Amino acid sequence: MSLPLALPVLELRAAARVHGAGATAVEALRGVDLQVAAGELVAVMGPSGSGKSTLLTLAGGLDTATSGEVLVEGVPLSGLDRAGLAQLRRRSVGYVFQELNLLPALTAAENVALPLELDGVRARDARLRALRALDELELSSLADRFPDDLSGGEQQRVAIARALVGERRLVLADEPTGALDSITGESVLALLRQRVDAGAAVVLVTHEARHAGWADRVVFLRDGRVVDEARAEVLA
Amino acid sequence: MSVKHGLLALLVEGPRYGYELKSGFEARTGATWPLNVGQVYSALARLERDQLVAKDGSDDEGHELYRITPRGLREVQDWWEAAVEREAPVRDELAIKLALAVGTPGVDARDVVQRQRTATLRALQAHTRRKASLVAGDTAAALVLDALVFAAEAEVRWLDHCEARLVRSRNGVSR
Repeated sequence: MSLPLALPVLELRAAARVHGAGATAVEALRGVDLQVAAGELVAVMGPSGSGKSTLLTLAGGLDTATSGEVLVEGVPLSGLDRAGLAQLRRRSVGYVFQELNLLPALTAAENVALPLELDGVRARDARLRALRALDELELSSLADRFPDDLSGGEQQRVAIARALVGERRLVLADEPTGALDSITGESVLALLRQRVDAGAAVVLVTHEARHAGWADRVVFLRDGRVVDEARAEVLA
Repeated sequence: MSVKHGLLALLVEGPRYGYELKSGFEARTGATWPLNVGQVYSALARLERDQLVAKDGSDDEGHELYRITPRGLREVQDWWEAAVEREAPVRDELAIKLALAVGTPGVDARDVVQRQRTATLRALQAHTRRKASLVAGDTAAALVLDALVFAAEAEVRWLDHCEARLVRSRNGVSR
């Protein structure tokens, strides 16, 4: 549980996104309030078209809210220009998608080092930090292998290492276990949970209740609005 | 839940007394279905009446022991070999409640669905946390918790499906 004074890693304040205008306008998200603290895993569920992916793209600065505000580590994204947003995505936000997470021409370690190098960290330093990130997830043995030589589960674990390399504390995950069998999928969720317990903040979009079971809170979206929330009992 | 067969399966491993059976049953099933010792003794009395177990003296501390009979062994063997009966549907309070909610004035079936989904997810979160806290290698407990997790997940999926069906019927689309 976060202290009331702790700054949320991610905050949406009445965030809305409308696509198009006039009669054909589609309200993908209608005034969503959401706070995600460090050490918290929030799952987002809802039927197709309920706004789950829109929420994730706004949270990651990949798209801009039509109204309302999105803050990452207290910084309002509306105040950032394109370069500022790109920097925020490199430094503060990690992504894990269902597939196509890793660049096939780079080894696992190079994939993990990439966001750091893009952010101007020297190649040697970036590699050392990438190796450390892999080591923390007990993935050191995969460092010099290429994505094609990794199983689906291993690829997703490397993607989690990349999402959390450097100072990044916010992970946005969109159906990260979609292509995996149930046992491997569970191990990926267990790893995400472990990083959350170590202080990361994770937003997990999923349509599988079994995966949402790993979350501290489950937020339901319907027609672009939060309609309910399930909060796990705090275990003594 | 067949306490009878669970106890018989434990007695295959050797004579046991009542409390020992209670703790053995709970340990082997991840403490998911706690038994009280009274239930164990009444089940043992029925098993003895049916000649599936027999009293077998007492241990050094005076606990009355039970052993499985040849007939009991055959009963357990049949249990392992048969599938658990699934054809006759058990009376499902939730399905009955939702069926009655549809068409009852003043009750919004979608709200019933949503409230249940939240409650079921909360249970799912609790099962998942228990599973995450299991010591590595406790496969039996993990299997039992998996059963609860998958059942809760199936219920949530069914509730999603109910909701979609309710929306369709409200919009005048049948089936």
